[in-house]
Amino acid sequence: MQTSRLPAYVDILIIPFLNLLTALFVAGIIIAIIGENPFTALSVMLKGAFIYKGGLGYTLFYTTNFIFTGLAVAVAFHAMLFNIGGEGQAAMGGLGIGLVALSLGGVIPAPFVILLAIMGSALFGAFWGVIPGYLQAKRGSHIVITTIMFNFIASSILIWLLAGMLMAPNQMSPETVSFADGVMLFKIHEILNSMGFSVARSPLNISFALALLCCFAVWVLIWRTRLGYRIRATGFSTKASTYAGYRPEWIIILVMAISGGLAGMMAVNEILGVQHRVILNFTSGYGFTGIAVALMGRNHPVGIIFASLLFGALYQGGAELDFEFQTITRDMVVMIQGLIILFSGALAYMFNPILERFFSANTPQKEMLDG
Amino acid sequence: MSLNITKQNGGESPPFAVSLKDICKRFGPVRANDSISLDVLSGTIHGIIGENGAGKSTLMSILYGFYQPDSGQIELDGISSAFKQPSEAIAMGIGMVHQHFMLVPNFTALENIILGAEGQKGLRTGLQLAREKLQELSQTYGLEVELDSITEELPVGIQQRIEILKALYRGARVLILDEPTGVLTPQETDQLFEILKALKSEGVTILLITHKLHEVMAITDVVSVMRQGKLVAHTKTNDTSPEWLAEQMVGRSVLVNSQFAPGKPDKIALSAHNVCVSDKRGFNSLKSVSFELSEGEILGVAGIAGNGQSELLSVLSGIIKPAIGAFAIGENLFNSSQPADPAFLRQLGIAHVPEDRHAEGLILQFQAFESSVLGYETNPKLGRNLLTDPNIIKEHCSELMNSFDVRPPNPKLLSSQFSGGNQQKLVLAREISSMPKVLLVGQPTRGVDIGAIEFIHNTLIKMRDRGCAILLVSVELEEILSLSDRIMVMNAGEVVGTVDKLDATKSMLGKMMSGIATGAASASSASASPELTIPNLKGGM
Repeated sequence: MQTSRLPAYVDILIIPFLNLLTALFVAGIIIAIIGENPFTALSVMLKGAFIYKGGLGYTLFYTTNFIFTGLAVAVAFHAMLFNIGGEGQAAMGGLGIGLVALSLGGVIPAPFVILLAIMGSALFGAFWGVIPGYLQAKRGSHIVITTIMFNFIASSILIWLLAGMLMAPNQMSPETVSFADGVMLFKIHEILNSMGFSVARSPLNISFALALLCCFAVWVLIWRTRLGYRIRATGFSTKASTYAGYRPEWIIILVMAISGGLAGMMAVNEILGVQHRVILNFTSGYGFTGIAVALMGRNHPVGIIFASLLFGALYQGGAELDFEFQTITRDMVVMIQGLIILFSGALAYMFNPILERFFSANTPQKEMLDG
Repeated sequence: MSLNITKQNGGESPPFAVSLKDICKRFGPVRANDSISLDVLSGTIHGIIGENGAGKSTLMSILYGFYQPDSGQIELDGISSAFKQPSEAIAMGIGMVHQHFMLVPNFTALENIILGAEGQKGLRTGLQLAREKLQELSQTYGLEVELDSITEELPVGIQQRIEILKALYRGARVLILDEPTGVLTPQETDQLFEILKALKSEGVTILLITHKLHEVMAITDVVSVMRQGKLVAHTKTNDTSPEWLAEQMVGRSVLVNSQFAPGKPDKIALSAHNVCVSDKRGFNSLKSVSFELSEGEILGVAGIAGNGQSELLSVLSGIIKPAIGAFAIGENLFNSSQPADPAFLRQLGIAHVPEDRHAEGLILQFQAFESSVLGYETNPKLGRNLLTDPNIIKEHCSELMNSFDVRPPNPKLLSSQFSGGNQQKLVLAREISSMPKVLLVGQPTRGVDIGAIEFIHNTLIKMRDRGCAILLVSVELEEILSLSDRIMVMNAGEVVGTVDKLDATKSMLGKMMSGIATGAASASSASASPELTIPNLKGGM
């Protein structure tokens, strides 16, 4: 992590905002070039994400995915580990849900199946994080390389199982049979409608609450527990962590378990919330986008909620753009997302030097001088 | 402030090799150099002393072209000069020997010397030309270096000569030496001083940056004292005393060479038996080290940096495990099959002030209050169950800061925002607040201001008098001599010998440190030939 000499609020609020604005500006230029009005496009996007019927529900549904994968990246990042394996860990989480739901569904009451399935997703995801963690801690294999490779392995395992042992009989798609009745999460619109509010249908389910709960849990973990203290200490200085007796290699393995578990729980939203069966490629890039979410959210749960909301809105609003404009295709939307990832991820610190100059000229600060 | 010492040549103004006029340099709101005027006579050794952060390095960096002054002028031999980068300063005859050498370890000495100045006639010719020129230089100044040796295989003192030769090869007439003796043995220091005298007699002007007062007294002709960016004193060395200089540096009177009452050793707190440490390549960095440490005594470990002291601290604090041998604390025995763990040792009452406070002792990116519980966050007072309570920790940190005079006493500042002395006080406070039975201390005053040194020394003595067993590792011989009750000397991973404080002399320890003499032999020879004994050691920094 880059140590910033900027006031905290600049780092947390102004910089992400500037990055977003830059990305939208560049996207606007491109939209103008293809002959559409950028402002109309922006308004369609915003309406699609928040105002149109069911739009908000979809936005929050996507947000849920991003929160899980963003938290996964953030937790690992506090130990200075770059977990690129969210995609594979989520896929394995889906497998965990599938195995629990298919083997216990109908055998024991549905609520228990759901609870166990959620635990299964976390455990399978954690397992998929622990292996690269172990290889990093004990063998020195770089976590970035191994987690990327584990994405491919997970994907292959899922193909092998879904096109083989777990494939539903008498059909042609690589997917499992649907889970037993009741083994699914409540939809938010169902709950609200039953309470008398009229809300449009959307896939948004109670995983959203689970995601928010995880945000709180991560905040407590990182900033209020001894373990979190040790994780941060290890992230900043392995030597100091060794000196303090924290056994950095175990911290690394543990952190990767937590990180993988969070990524694995993304499958709760997709599989247990919507699909009710395990399908291929349900992770559809959320694991990777989680990196941008964590970067933009400055690895803080609150920041991650907002960054996830932004990306969720982009997904949903982007779909609306695709729908409303003939000239703007799905690829165009992916490009806009790409620009946001570029400016808030890869170029996240682009404005730092300028702002640092601005703030160091205006605020007194102490510099340590040597000799 | 402009101080002149021009009258010594009968009113005729002599040529100044370097003349700085009203140099100002600010970093943000900090005035690193506040209108400094300094004249350096040609062919003298000029000491520049001051605490860390006094602005010495900044001033020299300006002279060397690293920084440009905000205002003010530099004159060399009366000619106004301004350097945009070091290469321009080098071209004007200024050379600098940095504290940390800038040498390529696997190059030969010759290759290092001509690096960047290879000559234009192809490398081979350049090497031959350089060799002839260097032989001439070596003879003139007594700077003997085997030009074809690989640099990293040479002793530190020789590596430093390579640095000096590098500067002279580029035609330096003004040589800046930044803390040149920090890494040298006393013998190597003496040799360096001989070289400096030879250089001076050949008309080279030397600027010596140091914080060791006895060196200033031994070698310089003129000394300038800097404090908080200002030049506060400027005097001929013969007219001054270490005490007066120390007072000028700190701005108040300090004890330069503290004499402490001896400790009263009680029962044995820690004992090591044949402890060996080997690294992955099989290199033994610690060879059969045995010693005993009693409650209420300070055992000083003297040695040139890199002779096993760091490994000794690491083993005893549980960071690395012994390959062979064991050490015991109370009834607990630790060896390779039953290694110690830093967390468990802490519970047993072993505290450790590590040598490298930046990498180990603190987490620079942490706020001070977070660093103040590093290794101690399980203390039940600091939170319930598995949780920590930042407010309680902040309070705890405030208490530590108050009782150890850490400035500024603000637990929310980042650990990196404190000066070296205050960082060290914070580490010391953390380790001592646990009321340890055994305190392992590495380089307690490295990079620490004089005022803080005094405080840290007094604290260690207080701990000892309370019955704490202290193992003190330091490369500062004065510190070892001043604090220790017994002194264990290490060389190449072995204990050369252990001597009682009363029998120890600097020259004897120096010989032991370089492996020339063993403890017993040199102790006996010291008593047999008293001329080896230097009775009173000046300057206790």
